[in-house]
Amino acid sequence: MHDLQPFNALAGRVPLRADIGTVTLHETPNVALASVAARLGQETACNTALRDLLGTDLPGPGKAALGDSFDALWTGPDQWMICAPYATHEDLADIVKTRLGPSASVTEQSDAWVCLDLIGPGVNAVMERLCNLDIHMMEMGDATRTTIDHLGCLVVRRTPMNGFRILGPRSSAECLFHAIRTAMRSAL
Amino acid sequence: MTQENRLTGGQIDRTTRLRFQFDGKSYDGHPGDTLASALLANNVRLMGRSFKYHRPRGPLTAGSEEPNAIVALRSGDRQEPNTRATTAELYDGLVARSQNRWPRLAFDMMAINDGLSDFLTAGFYYKTFMWPAAFWERLYEPLIRKAAGLGSLSMQDDPDVYDKGFLHCELLIIGAGPSGLMAALTAGRAGKRVILADEDFRMGGRLNAETFEIGDETGAAWAEATVAELASLPNVRLMPRTTVIGAFDHGIFGAVERVSDHLAVPAPGKPRQILWRIYAKQSVLCAGATERPIAFDNNDRPGIMLASALRAYVNRYAATPARRVAIFTSTDDGHRTACDLQAKGVTIAAVIDTRTDLAFNHDYRVIRGGQVIDTQGRLGLTFITVRLPNGETQVVECGALGVSGGWNPNVHLTCHQRERPVWDDTLAAFVPGETLPVGMTVAGAANGAFSTHGALAAGQEAAITALQISDPQPALPWAEDAPVTQTPFWYVEGCSRAWLDQQNDVTVKDVKLSHQEGFRSVEHLKRYTTLGMATDQGKTSNMGGLAIMAELAGKAIPEVGTTMYRPPYTPTSIGVLAGRMRGKAFHPTRLTPSHQWAKERGAVFVEVGNRLRAQWFPIKGETHWRQSVDREVLATRRSVGVCDCTTLGKIDVQGTDAATFLNFVYCNGFAKLAVGKTRYGLMLREDGMAMDDGTAARLADDHFVVTTTTANAVKVYQHMEFVRQCLVPDMDVQLISTTEAWAQYAVAGPNSRKLLQKIVDPEFDISNDAFPFMACANITVCGGLRARLFRISFSGELAFEVAVPTRYGDALMRRLMRDGKEFDVTPYGTEALGVMRIEKGHAAGNELNGTTTALTLGMERMVSKAKDSIGSTLSERPGLNESDGLRAVGIKPTDPAQKITAGGHLMNATGPVDAAHDQGYVTSAAHSPTLGSMIGLAFLKAGNTRHGEKMRLVSPLTDLSVEVEITSPHFIDPEGERLRA
Repeated sequence: MHDLQPFNALAGRVPLRADIGTVTLHETPNVALASVAARLGQETACNTALRDLLGTDLPGPGKAALGDSFDALWTGPDQWMICAPYATHEDLADIVKTRLGPSASVTEQSDAWVCLDLIGPGVNAVMERLCNLDIHMMEMGDATRTTIDHLGCLVVRRTPMNGFRILGPRSSAECLFHAIRTAMRSAL
Repeated sequence: MTQENRLTGGQIDRTTRLRFQFDGKSYDGHPGDTLASALLANNVRLMGRSFKYHRPRGPLTAGSEEPNAIVALRSGDRQEPNTRATTAELYDGLVARSQNRWPRLAFDMMAINDGLSDFLTAGFYYKTFMWPAAFWERLYEPLIRKAAGLGSLSMQDDPDVYDKGFLHCELLIIGAGPSGLMAALTAGRAGKRVILADEDFRMGGRLNAETFEIGDETGAAWAEATVAELASLPNVRLMPRTTVIGAFDHGIFGAVERVSDHLAVPAPGKPRQILWRIYAKQSVLCAGATERPIAFDNNDRPGIMLASALRAYVNRYAATPARRVAIFTSTDDGHRTACDLQAKGVTIAAVIDTRTDLAFNHDYRVIRGGQVIDTQGRLGLTFITVRLPNGETQVVECGALGVSGGWNPNVHLTCHQRERPVWDDTLAAFVPGETLPVGMTVAGAANGAFSTHGALAAGQEAAITALQISDPQPALPWAEDAPVTQTPFWYVEGCSRAWLDQQNDVTVKDVKLSHQEGFRSVEHLKRYTTLGMATDQGKTSNMGGLAIMAELAGKAIPEVGTTMYRPPYTPTSIGVLAGRMRGKAFHPTRLTPSHQWAKERGAVFVEVGNRLRAQWFPIKGETHWRQSVDREVLATRRSVGVCDCTTLGKIDVQGTDAATFLNFVYCNGFAKLAVGKTRYGLMLREDGMAMDDGTAARLADDHFVVTTTTANAVKVYQHMEFVRQCLVPDMDVQLISTTEAWAQYAVAGPNSRKLLQKIVDPEFDISNDAFPFMACANITVCGGLRARLFRISFSGELAFEVAVPTRYGDALMRRLMRDGKEFDVTPYGTEALGVMRIEKGHAAGNELNGTTTALTLGMERMVSKAKDSIGSTLSERPGLNESDGLRAVGIKPTDPAQKITAGGHLMNATGPVDAAHDQGYVTSAAHSPTLGSMIGLAFLKAGNTRHGEKMRLVSPLTDLSVEVEITSPHFIDPEGERLRA
């Protein structure tokens, strides 16, 4: 076991958190990510293997499959982002690759992103000031790529009400956090 | 101060008194007032000075179309110029100042311009300030700008913040008058997602300003009840204080919500305004109409206003500009105004009606067929002169005059995508054309339906049609449905200084002059006279100007046409367009994995695009950056240095055709690169120019990691995706960026291997035999952490790049520093990196500048002719292959003490120094501590054949002229022995 101490995207050992009004924004470092892209001509094999791994149907455009161990977000034709708890799935890319074999290209993406959870009544009003998604119509399991504060992000509604997960580029985590916190102050 | 002109009734809250200041004097008003209504209630009619002639002016309107009552609102750094007193919502402590006067509003020295009006006609500036040309910018323009113009800026930073936001709806309703409210009610009750936006702080539109009844209640009461019902519907979003400023493509609208403009200071963290982008599947424009004035001599005195404004002040704000009022009208609205005023106890001096065939019988004096031909009162109206039908004139005493010349539908938003309105003969006005922005319908007065019933019916119908509502609708409440005919009456015969555009001081005479001087097209008329410019964009003036131009040209008004309507509909602050994107927030900052560590270490950072990178790491005793950089270079070349190179783009390339794909995008061969090997690669653009360079490491048969330059990381990824999806869709290859996923550090210098051997887990042999130059491998470090190791070198030394998952980047850097102590490990920044790559002769962004080719860069042999690759064919163009073309060289001054600079040009040792004799230019220059002088990289004509030649490096702009020697671009270790060690 190596002895290097991890550093969160928001430059700390303790996940950053902001509470404003009824809404909480907190960093969620415990997320492992792996991208999956089906190989050419292997789409069916990839879909089948991935469905077996997730235990659910694969999400289509604008959708996420939210499972017990794994989430899958649609990111493009025959492409998904697989999410799992980092603590138990640090080797997520290897796990997925082992299951999918030559049917897919799998790339570790865990540390390419910062994961922020925005939760609480009024969260829609905050999101309205951040991105051009039709936030009020997003249902649990909707996931879309959008731009927040110039940054390409993935927005997932993971709870029926009042909750969004935002995946954004890790190197700009501070700016993203700041933008969301500013919108919270403004809207709440 | 008593509110001597305050009447009874109105929609103001008399239980609360608000104190405010205008030009230093204190007054009282009430919630519900605007600044203009409160001033009128306090018997203040004079609110500003005109643009050019500095004539005293008061409000012409009671709304956003106001040309005259323009003030500077608030003070200090919150001072906002050119704010309309007619829309500024009164709050306690409001401070406003009049503009464009000196020294004060009632006595303005610049009013001398008014006496010079014969000279200051249309086109005056163009005709007068012609000579000498150099004086325009330095003397004339500043002088004119000072004398004319409207408000001035505070020149301080705006302390407030502005937001942007995004809304979606099935139906956007623009305007909450009778048609807008009815449309919202119809759509809201049907359960549709509705946004109802209105620029006013009180919804209801003209219903608040009129005494019309709807059903068995007043229009205002009906509006209030309707708004209350709409507010209770969760699917309806009411947005008062929100102006829809533009109709853009695909049903997207811009709207500015004034969140805090009615407060002295915004609440902490709250924005002053929000710019909403509204995505509407359908929209109904219910923007109402604007009353048009009549032009007559001296029609601009304070107290002269539109009849509709008089009714608004009297009915809604319970404020009258005077106790004795006359009306000048060409429509029935004038009489309605007289009745409303009379009911409030205001004396009607006379109603002058241009029409002679009137059937009305009223208990006030009516002058049928009369016309107002002149007025008096320097700072406010005192008398009007009326010409009777028999030619006699009569003077009538009054403190205010209501003018009514009919109504113009507010078609602006229907025209924001270059549509044109069409002329309606019955209304003698432009109405929306047949082509409208996608999804838009127009209802109510904006569409020429001027009666209250017409507005309600049109609003209901618009909602039903737009949303295909099939539910049966309740009957509309009763409302007046008077037939509307408008007889055009634009100006009084024989007038000359009759103001059309009060904001820009354009008179009837100016329009005639414009016609006389050949500026007859409506767009020329606008620019020559300034008719319709500035904050009100001619909402009350354009039609008058058009009508006169049409008459002079002998054309019908629709033949003359209108000027283009463009967003924004009303003045919009630059601040709200910028939103949060100002200062540091203008673009996001990207931090490297070692940022925190570098900060602790005292690094000096530099912005590289959005990236923040350590430029150098000063240590104690160093007072100049060169000391730090020289030390870092020498220490690296002597022992070992570490540099964060995470910012280089990293692209994961996988698939059975990955090698074939790279063979196509790089000009050099990649098909046969062995697993475990890295290769330097050059990408060309389709046109044969060099695009980017980097490396590709083959981690498996079907897996490469490509690196790009920092600057081109995104561009190269986009390019590769384009190639994959569009040029070679039949290849099995998948791409994804992993730039952010890995922290990558260059470990360079003769002791780099020794340092890494302490970190790389022992099962991985990184000796020169096992891990030679250009090797790559998946390894583990520090006892099992997955990592990648590449033996590549940008510095020219024995060097490696080691990558770990980003979250361990900070820890790895600290570990390298700790374990490297025995080798005197030195972190180095981008400056030292740059010095070392120039010493080594490696190209970077300065050389890959979009104008260079593989040949220019000295890499022509890399362009493989054994295969097809992007840019390969066009790189063979004759023009890119001339023998005297630019070639990469090195330069150094013959006197080592001399300075050389990037950007300087190379000239022959003798001969002229000019562009015609230019031999080439320097792209990169640095002081080389290794060589003890400055060195540079340059592109020189036939440079490959000129090594050893003495030339002059010149920069005439900085008076630089230095003798330099042309050398190979590889100053250090040209044979590459060090990096293979």
